[in-house]
Amino acid sequence: MLPLCLTVALIGVSYGVSATSADFALWQVVLLAVGVLGASSELLFVALAAAGAHPVVAAAAGLLVNVRTTAYGMALAPLLRPGRERAVGAHLVNDETTALATAAPTRAAGRRAFWVCGLGIAVAWPLGAVLGAGLGRVVPDPGVWGLDAVFPAVIAALALSALRQRETLAAAAVGGAVAVVALPHLAPGLAPVAALLGLLVVPLAGLVRRPQHRRPGSGRRP
Amino acid sequence: MSAAGFVVGLTVLALGTYALRFGGVAAGGRMPMTDDVRGLVDRAVAVLLVAVALTGALFDGSSPADAARPAGVAAGVAAAVLRAPLVVVVVVAAVTTAALRAA
Repeated sequence: MLPLCLTVALIGVSYGVSATSADFALWQVVLLAVGVLGASSELLFVALAAAGAHPVVAAAAGLLVNVRTTAYGMALAPLLRPGRERAVGAHLVNDETTALATAAPTRAAGRRAFWVCGLGIAVAWPLGAVLGAGLGRVVPDPGVWGLDAVFPAVIAALALSALRQRETLAAAAVGGAVAVVALPHLAPGLAPVAALLGLLVVPLAGLVRRPQHRRPGSGRRP
Repeated sequence: MSAAGFVVGLTVLALGTYALRFGGVAAGGRMPMTDDVRGLVDRAVAVLLVAVALTGALFDGSSPADAARPAGVAAGVAAAVLRAPLVVVVVVAAVTTAALRAA
């Protein structure tokens, strides 16, 4: 949990640095971090603002990045009881909490993982942002320490247990390829959503396989 | 971006994102959670996570990342496949990437 929160804090630092160099005030940096709690969408919002985009356009782009959180929410629904739990928990739905919670062996463990990770990120992300805003350009390039590789590696590691099922592995392989190929052509953040096309490989494979599954002695021509 | 403009943008992004998240949770809670539906949703999440990891390993925003990053990610994933704890995955990924960049 701690390495994950540290990674989030460090990405938060680079977000704070970027936002400050785009002339965002500290209160804006913090409000955005706390109000959205979604790293990639905030980084994109700041980048677009720096390029002179209209605030609503920048926000809409950020929303596109966050579209995948709807699917995450659907998967996490059984872990969040209706009412206050669901109202508060919804704000904590993101890549990390979803990956951790769905990788847990039991529902109780998943619930625990979701809340510990979710609250950890809710603290680490804005804290990192404040640090970044304060340190400004003094912050060394996180690439020097290889920290940019940590987030993808951790997400992939947490998805591994689900990939033990052959159909899921196939869908993820196809979907991953689609996302990589499609990314340069799509708005930022939409490539993972395009990966959902990989889900089609499972029913399609079933359609092709079925004629070969004949019960012996069924009397039907192959 | 003016202060007022920022508040508008922040409101749209924050409320919109919450609506996306809460909508998903609410829809998931209302759906008849048969094994088939549950399996499909879990599979969709796995596909999304793999895609997020893969695009994050290969791209820096919209442009390709340097070769060190996917190599470091692959090393970390290899450690995970070998059932190493998450801390080790983190260290292996970071150290591999940093070492390749320093070379």
